[in-house]
Amino acid sequence: MFANIIDWIDQRIPMTRVWNMHIAQYPAPKNFNFWYFFGSLAMLVLVNQIVTGIWLTMNYVPSAEGAFASVEYIMRDVEYGWLLRYLHSTGASAFFVVVYLHMFRGMIYGSYQKPRELLWLFGMFIFLALMAEAFMGYLLPWGQMSFWGAQVIISLFGAIPVIGEDLTQWIRGDYVISGATLNRFFALHVIALPLVLVILIFLHIIALHEVGSNNPDGVEIKRKKGTVAEEDKAKFKFHEYYTSKKDIVDAIPFHPYYTVKDIVGVTGFLILFCWVVFFAPEMGGFFLEAPNFEAANPLKTPEHIFPVWYFTPFYAILRAIPDKLLGVIAMGASIVVLALLPWIDRGKVKSIRYRCGFHKLNIAQFVVTFIILGWVGATPQTDFKTVLSQITTVTYFMFFVLLFFYSKNEKTKPLPERLTK
Amino acid sequence: MMKKLIIGLFALLPSLTMAAGPSVPLLDANHDLTDKASLQRGAKLFMNYCLGCHQMQYQRYERTFRDIGIPTKVGEEQLIFDGSKVGSHILNAIEQDDAAKWFGAPPPDLTLVARVRGADWIYTYLKSFYVDESRPFGVNNSVFPSVGMPHVLQELQGVPTARFEEVEEHGVKVQKVVEITTDGSGEMSDDEYDHAVRDLTNFLAYVGEPTRLQSEAIGYKVLGFLFILFILAFLLKKEYWRDVH
Repeated sequence: MFANIIDWIDQRIPMTRVWNMHIAQYPAPKNFNFWYFFGSLAMLVLVNQIVTGIWLTMNYVPSAEGAFASVEYIMRDVEYGWLLRYLHSTGASAFFVVVYLHMFRGMIYGSYQKPRELLWLFGMFIFLALMAEAFMGYLLPWGQMSFWGAQVIISLFGAIPVIGEDLTQWIRGDYVISGATLNRFFALHVIALPLVLVILIFLHIIALHEVGSNNPDGVEIKRKKGTVAEEDKAKFKFHEYYTSKKDIVDAIPFHPYYTVKDIVGVTGFLILFCWVVFFAPEMGGFFLEAPNFEAANPLKTPEHIFPVWYFTPFYAILRAIPDKLLGVIAMGASIVVLALLPWIDRGKVKSIRYRCGFHKLNIAQFVVTFIILGWVGATPQTDFKTVLSQITTVTYFMFFVLLFFYSKNEKTKPLPERLTK
Repeated sequence: MMKKLIIGLFALLPSLTMAAGPSVPLLDANHDLTDKASLQRGAKLFMNYCLGCHQMQYQRYERTFRDIGIPTKVGEEQLIFDGSKVGSHILNAIEQDDAAKWFGAPPPDLTLVARVRGADWIYTYLKSFYVDESRPFGVNNSVFPSVGMPHVLQELQGVPTARFEEVEEHGVKVQKVVEITTDGSGEMSDDEYDHAVRDLTNFLAYVGEPTRLQSEAIGYKVLGFLFILFILAFLLKKEYWRDVH
């Protein structure tokens, strides 16, 4: 009976074939470590955002007059509305946590290198779409920080010569942030950008499955056909789409091995996530900023205006440069330069495990730089912090410049023939 | 107009982010959301002393009574003064424009004040009024200098007098409040006043996030479930991965 139904469907759409090709018989390297949890976690958070978002939309009122009150209506009068809202607001921050860690994984194991350049680029587009999605979503509660944060960020476009002013007006749909801005941000936040995100994620995964996953050793598991002895080939059944073109070593099927492993990762993540949702949804003012509990007031500027924590490293780069146009350019460049990593890194060895000591140092300084920038961008400016942000802006870009030069003739360690552990 | 606004915003960028927080160290409110008697006393204080000017436009009477353990009937009789229906929001009859004329600015809504300012700030603020004849209402506040609000709780606290000391701040000598004492003319002793203010702070903290306790109660169950699931998931993974190793 069950087999008949499956058969009936398979004759009409390629259900079993797709399941096997991309899940049950998809060859994944057997040595994924902790850093490989964050792709599946990002998917989980996306689903959380979409589901809670749909339910929030049922009671949210997208107008300057009604938005703030409707959020409090959700918090107080809608059954479990507070839970939906906290899941969504915590999810926004969690999305960036997992995406930053996911990108960092790509950096340390060289997952952006040939042949995965397009995979990396799709990832960067996802990151951009996610930033736009988060920025527009942050306006919707129509609190003080929503309003003034958007005011400051949109004004940045005004720094662009000639078209700047008209551009900001075009984005806002008004001379200042207003109900018109709120309405269009709502439309983009709930329909346009989620669609773009889902399409980009689909392409990201298609690109991944075409070239195959990298791994902590950065050694390919797909070898030239006929170069691997029969007893060295992986012992599992993989889809012939992969085995007909290549010999596969040290791989395991994604399902059930990585599905059961990802359940462990998901549960571990949910423990942290739910702790924030139920016990500390404001996360000390980082996830929900205190001034945002006050309704937007165009006549009253908050004492400090900060973007939410996930934008602060880039915001710090913007503020580090005294000239506003150059600041905006530097901020844009700090993201573009990440997208260009596959061409900046001219090394042949992917994983940090087998690269030179200087590379390890460079990555370490990049991490420290990113954290300092984030901190400086999230706290009131002082003379010391201005200098600090200028130094770290230099070290941020220095990472890429140095990488470009030393990766050409890098002294690397010998790669293992097969995956280690 | 647009150009000026943009230039203005950019000029503001550095100054907006300059530290200018309260120069007074905040006292610890030490409030307890599980203390229903305290919340009930706080609600009574709010309805009697604050609601005249400050609304709680997002919070409803009925929900409040239910959450802090006041029977609806009792609440209706003793805590609703304007004949509102028990299901209505906690509002007063002041016109915002009138209020702006009387106080310089309309009295802020207090539904979310505890989330904007924090409980410690409210507690300290309510204990920091002092007599200052130069102000329109004859009082000032060391936490909120030149505040537009009269000392509504003076009949409870008594007349508070501040003792100043000269201190140097950023190279400028300024007068700073170091101690506030009362003349004992109030209905309450200093200790009783502290408790009353704590009750009121507690109530405001509750209204800021009425689901806090419910959230934590569910949270413990969710985390308990997840810990068990984590162990099971880990064992499941180990079992499957025996084929790999």
